[in-house]
Amino acid sequence: MEIQVLGAGCQSCKRLYEITTEIVEELNLDTKVDYITDVSKIVEMGIMQSPVLAVNGKPAMVGFVPNKEKIKEAILKALG
Amino acid sequence: MDLFYPVQLFADFVTYNLFHLEKESMLGDSLHYFIYDTIKIFILLAVIIFFVSFLRSYISQEKMRRILTKRFTFVGNILAALFGIVTPFCSCSAIPLFIGFVESGVPLGVTFSYLIAAPMVNEVAVIMFWGLFGLPIALLYVVSGITIAVIVGFIMGKMHLEPLVEDYVWKIKAGEAQNSQKLTFKDRIQQAYAYDLDLLKKFYLYILLGVGIGALIHGLVPANALLSIAGKGNILAVPVAVLMGVPLYSNAAGTIPIVQSLIVKGLPMGTALAFMMSVTALSLPEMIILKKVLKPKLLGIYIAILTISIIFTGYLFNLVL
Repeated sequence: MEIQVLGAGCQSCKRLYEITTEIVEELNLDTKVDYITDVSKIVEMGIMQSPVLAVNGKPAMVGFVPNKEKIKEAILKALG
Repeated sequence: MDLFYPVQLFADFVTYNLFHLEKESMLGDSLHYFIYDTIKIFILLAVIIFFVSFLRSYISQEKMRRILTKRFTFVGNILAALFGIVTPFCSCSAIPLFIGFVESGVPLGVTFSYLIAAPMVNEVAVIMFWGLFGLPIALLYVVSGITIAVIVGFIMGKMHLEPLVEDYVWKIKAGEAQNSQKLTFKDRIQQAYAYDLDLLKKFYLYILLGVGIGALIHGLVPANALLSIAGKGNILAVPVAVLMGVPLYSNAAGTIPIVQSLIVKGLPMGTALAFMMSVTALSLPEMIILKKVLKPKLLGIYIAILTISIIFTGYLFNLVL
């Protein structure tokens, strides 16, 4: 399992990274959250927004939604 | 009828009945101004941003890119500037958006039109203008912002600056857009609400501070005090105002109330508009971000043309208004 937060290093990217890390701890998921600032990775996914939350290399959420429950939902849904 | 008449009554009540301040007194004026304007701005922001973010959930950047790829310049520049108003824009998205645009064949000049309009004509600035200056000035700001974005983008498109984009940008292979999230009506409402709340949280301190300082200026500084230093007679006032706006990024919410009170004290409208355009469009952090995709020369050309257009707009409105 691989969870990544991709962003250009802005304020909302950092917040998404923090919230995602919290969620991973709460859910006791056996993985670490990677914070990737290489923007070309975002473009290669066909996305033009930042930040992106990716689970197993696929975008689970695009753009920052300031809502922890929504982010949790997106991760769980992507994990199936 | 004035929609904000009840707010007016409330401000009257607090100032003159609760605090027993004299009408026309300095302190009374300042407090009344502070109460009335903060409440009015918060109501406007909360309501309008909710609707804007709800409507905006129907426009995807993917659709926008497809539309812009097929256009010729000028029409493309206009469309890009208009998209700049309606799409959400955070400077953190500037890089992926820039790369995504040029990679898929959106002309460079059209991309710049978008990059100028998106931060300059943002909803917070427009709402603050509307609340504090009235609808005509807010519209004037919107129209001149779009005009600048279109013209600067058009000129830059004609200059064939593609070689000055960082080389790695052209090597990135933009992926096919993957299935975007399907949103229900309820999702959109919830997202708009969360976004609205987040934005108010982010800006409320700046607004309180800005209106507070504005209220003090309103009550303490004599009318027309600025006329001699920053009036239309001073040719240097516009460029100095534009320069001062550069480091004030992200404080548009706090800056507009201060500017409004300065206008009452004799700051000409053109100078004020040029200052606000500089605050929103010529921001230092955004330039640092753009430096990742633009070679220094191109960044320099971009900043120079944009600065000249903003200064020109300032002079123009000082002449006309």
